[in-house]
Amino acid sequence: MLVYLIRRLLYVVPIALAVSVVCFSLVHIAPGDPLVSILPPDASQALVEQMKKSYGFDRPIPVQFAIWLGKIAQGDLGTSIATSRPVLQEITKAVGNTLMLAFAATLIGFTLGCFFGFVAGYFRDTLVDRIAVTVSILGVSVPHYWLGMVLVICFSVLLPWRPPTGAGPGSSAAWVWDWEHVKYLILPAVTMSVIPMGIVTRTVRALVGDILSQEFVDALRAKGLTDWGVFQHVVKNAAPTALAVMGLQLGYLLGGSILIETVFSWPGTGFLLNAAIFQRDLPLLQGTILVLAMFFVVLNLLVDTVQTAIDPRIRRG
Amino acid sequence: MTNRPLVEVRDLHVRFRGERNVHAVNGVDFALNRGEVLGILGESGSGKSVTLKALLRLLPERRTEIKGAIRVGDEDVLALGPEALADFRGKTASMIFQEPMLALDPVYTVGQQIAEAVERHEKCGAAAARRRALEMLERVRIPSPERRLDSYPHEMSGGMRQRAMIALALACRPQVLLADEPTTALDATVQIQILLLLRELQRELGMAAIFVTHDIGVAVEVSDRIAVMYAGRIVETGSVADIVRRPAHPYTRGLLASTVHGAMRGRRLDAIPGAPPALSEAPASCSFAPRCGEVQPECHARVPDAVTVAPAHLSRCLRSVAAGG
Repeated sequence: MLVYLIRRLLYVVPIALAVSVVCFSLVHIAPGDPLVSILPPDASQALVEQMKKSYGFDRPIPVQFAIWLGKIAQGDLGTSIATSRPVLQEITKAVGNTLMLAFAATLIGFTLGCFFGFVAGYFRDTLVDRIAVTVSILGVSVPHYWLGMVLVICFSVLLPWRPPTGAGPGSSAAWVWDWEHVKYLILPAVTMSVIPMGIVTRTVRALVGDILSQEFVDALRAKGLTDWGVFQHVVKNAAPTALAVMGLQLGYLLGGSILIETVFSWPGTGFLLNAAIFQRDLPLLQGTILVLAMFFVVLNLLVDTVQTAIDPRIRRG
Repeated sequence: MTNRPLVEVRDLHVRFRGERNVHAVNGVDFALNRGEVLGILGESGSGKSVTLKALLRLLPERRTEIKGAIRVGDEDVLALGPEALADFRGKTASMIFQEPMLALDPVYTVGQQIAEAVERHEKCGAAAARRRALEMLERVRIPSPERRLDSYPHEMSGGMRQRAMIALALACRPQVLLADEPTTALDATVQIQILLLLRELQRELGMAAIFVTHDIGVAVEVSDRIAVMYAGRIVETGSVADIVRRPAHPYTRGLLASTVHGAMRGRRLDAIPGAPPALSEAPASCSFAPRCGEVQPECHARVPDAVTVAPAHLSRCLRSVAAGG
């Protein structure tokens, strides 16, 4: 177990390095000059050169990369061109908001997905199964920015139950765990939970169907276990795969929430990324992408570790 | 104690519903006394495993129709409610399966799986159940049992897994053990060890047992009596000696002739020509007639009754001569 963990940790180093190269170069491949947005259109050539120098854009790209990487190693992601605030500070704030949204959505999606999945798997080819499958297909197929807007229309405009946008009363107030704030979380979290819900439902349904058709389930019944006892065995057999799928979904949610965060004006990483792209804010963009990519790496590490702890067969591999 | 048999099966019919109906078992009767071992012999699809699973009601309920009567001890098995059925399984009757790798839960240790059954039926604590599990592993002679208690099924060899499966099945001292081809998936050398172990434990514990197998050698080795099944019916029952030395049914004779044992080198084995019937319809006449070398016109007319050819030796063939008749 320990050896496996250490080996798995060592894998992270080359992955992280590769990720940083891709993050850095992708942004440089994209067209557009970051300085255009902060300089007046009639700025003199000398001013442009001076600005370039002060941001380090005048040096060759590999050198820029080396400097960037060196600074990251010291925990400095640079300064945002648009806001002149440290990128790290901007990201930390946004990451907090996104994490909250992503965890809330995963919690909802995983709970509902497991419920539907188990029901569908246990009652295969019945009406309940068809309903669960339909719900899961709808969940995966419905575009979530559209669903977000529909929810806003239904529950904020037609029935003013929930606030439509933002992350709390007042503009940039800090998050507090009270109803006034949680209220703002509900609609975006529900919108976001729909895809993981659908995917988890389908995965769990297939898993449960597969497990129930195995001979050991007969053997468990043959030794006198009740349906509840057999169910516990099914859960433990399904758990590693279901958790892995949930982990990946959480990863997608952490990075893939640009649309939802924009629809609901949720000040998370997606919102930040969106702003950085439109303002050609290179340091902010690079920093945000890197942080999001590293989330994936860490998350996969966590999922692998948990899986190894649950399923004894992986340890030998 | 009354001297009625421990297990009694009367006119058992099993039909699977689905896109295609399958009449898997078509009127099986047998009885099993305490401490007796019955071997059910038959080829694939003869309904032998289905009969065995019906005894524990392990067949998928939604797709299966079971008719007839099954009594084990004082329980009317087909009438048991879910709770009573779970109490009955593993306690009164338990089962070992063909492929222990598939029949053991891969994510639980062997010890946990045995202890679970003990806790379920004996209502004892985890520590006592674990002690019983250890004791059972010693009984089936698994080397270093303390260590094996915490092994997962994939960490054991095939023979050892089957020993663990036997330990699990016997952990709650069942009155009858149902064994579904317990040695088929094992190496030949391991087969013998497992058979000897089963026979020994069966005698020690005074259990009754039903062995389902397609291997005449295995059936002869472990059984007191043998029932030969064909197309969902028992075509012949008798003591091991009756079946081997004085087979009355042409199918049994065909089976005996097709074994390698005692065959002459360089001569082709006598296989039974043809294949067993598809059971989409319940057979209305002797189902062996199309393959039978001694077939007569009346064989196609009706299902032959069981003929008593000798005391406790029955054959379902029109041509069998009744004892003293």
